[in-house]
Amino acid sequence: MAKNYTIKDILAGLKTREFSAEEIFKYYNAKIKIENNKLNAYLSVFENRTDILPDQPLSAVPCAIKDNMLIEGTAATAGSKILENYISAYDATAVSKLRSSGVQFLGKTNLDEFAMGTSTENSAFGPTKNPHDVKRVPGGSSGGSAAAVAADLCVFALGSDTGGSVRQPASMCGVVGLKPTYGRVSRHGLIAMASSLDQIGPLTKNVYDAALVLGIIAGTDKFDSTTVPREVPDFTKNLDKNIKGLKIGVPKEFFREGLSSEVEEKIRYAIAKLEDLGCEIADISLPNFEYALASYYIIVPSEVSSNLARFDGIRYGYSSHGGSTLSDTYLESRSHGFGPEPKRRIMLGAYALSSGYYDAYYLKAQKVRALIKKDFDEAFGKVDVIVGPTSPTTAFKIGEKASDPLSLYLEDVYTVPVNLAGLPGISIPAGLGKNSRLPIGFQMIGKHFDEQTLLNAAHQLEKVL
Amino acid sequence: MLSEKEIKHIANLARIRISGAEEDKFRKELSLIIDYINKLNELDTENVEPLYQVTGLTNSGRPDKHRADFEMSDKLNEKLIGQAPRSEKRFIKVKSVLNKNG
Repeated sequence: MAKNYTIKDILAGLKTREFSAEEIFKYYNAKIKIENNKLNAYLSVFENRTDILPDQPLSAVPCAIKDNMLIEGTAATAGSKILENYISAYDATAVSKLRSSGVQFLGKTNLDEFAMGTSTENSAFGPTKNPHDVKRVPGGSSGGSAAAVAADLCVFALGSDTGGSVRQPASMCGVVGLKPTYGRVSRHGLIAMASSLDQIGPLTKNVYDAALVLGIIAGTDKFDSTTVPREVPDFTKNLDKNIKGLKIGVPKEFFREGLSSEVEEKIRYAIAKLEDLGCEIADISLPNFEYALASYYIIVPSEVSSNLARFDGIRYGYSSHGGSTLSDTYLESRSHGFGPEPKRRIMLGAYALSSGYYDAYYLKAQKVRALIKKDFDEAFGKVDVIVGPTSPTTAFKIGEKASDPLSLYLEDVYTVPVNLAGLPGISIPAGLGKNSRLPIGFQMIGKHFDEQTLLNAAHQLEKVL
Repeated sequence: MLSEKEIKHIANLARIRISGAEEDKFRKELSLIIDYINKLNELDTENVEPLYQVTGLTNSGRPDKHRADFEMSDKLNEKLIGQAPRSEKRFIKVKSVLNKNG
């Protein structure tokens, strides 16, 4: 069999009877068993095929799901000891939509605990390794999904993106990662991290596949009242449209200290390619870009401290038997069940929301968020798509930044503002770094609910990169 | 830098019990992060309205109707509380709410 199947390849192979649905499932299942020892991309691997709906858009396409989304009757750990033995009571909406479209689920992928991290080193079940160099991180938090796609241990995968957790690992593993507009995809059945920012998105081998999967998982959902009632177009339809005359904005703030020179080189090259395609390149400014990350690291911990209050050792998940009172159950279960990063964020959130500090931190951060969104709104008055790096560096070594939480936070400097403003963003491979020979991602940001223009531009650029 | 008293207070608010060594570690780490986020004070936000969410949706409701798919049954009951670490019959068991010593 050939290597590195796209969705199109699978559908074609099934049609021409190059392989059957069962054969392709077994092919991936066997491949995962060999390769996963090395990569730790999967936390659980399904041995049995589910019933496949025939004649659907993704019939028999093998895919992987990040382990913070629920597939009924199977484990969902969120990368945490506190949910080590938790069995999903229902399907996440995105999962059930994929199920209805005919996919075969291969397993659940590794992540930073509760999706908190940028390297997948915060998983309670060990880090995932980057397929391009197993001494390096795959990025995070959807590092398992990105590594599985990059190593062809699935055809595509779902991830979740709160501040870059789909785009940044896609960038570091050399695959495509799409974060849809906030409200485009239901969060029902996604274990909540920061509810006002979380969004599910696909990690794929090309832009076409990302467009195809988005069309399937998108739409309003009565179980998620933040899904926006909007028509879901066929996102694959306009991909081949000529992008001559498309206005592309390049924020001057993106080229800052900390951006590695080999990343900058590839980003400039991709921008030049867009110009070759007939796009109009414009210098723009996002004056408050500098403050996005600080605002994010107040909003996220605040929402985390609230969302993770549900893990109390009472209703499900890990429970400590120590102590004699209910309060002891809370304290002991949470102390033993959570790893260091959730503890840091829960405590930081509790601090930011505590009496006397609310105005100085939480309220201030939400005001800054308004300024970030205003910057984007003004920029999008002049341009159609904004571009730049996905991540300031290529994949770093496992353990290299583990002792410094703040330096890991800085990994998301280019992706976080997009979540704060609720915009769609995509990372596409822009080649290998001159020195590191590691993948570099090119980020493209679209207007609210204008994934079509974004995907069209990304597809056209992908062809010439 | 957060004081020892402050970190104890925060940990208690978060319902997380931390050891003496952890206390020191978290105190240092959280203080560094707080120093970083304090840079927001450079910005004048006097006349800015806070933005809590970006969808523009307000008061998304649903009809207050009986939902057949959520009719209580043994099966649904099992789904909802079947994974509780301590339970008896259809109920979740918890330890004493009040501390006997005071």
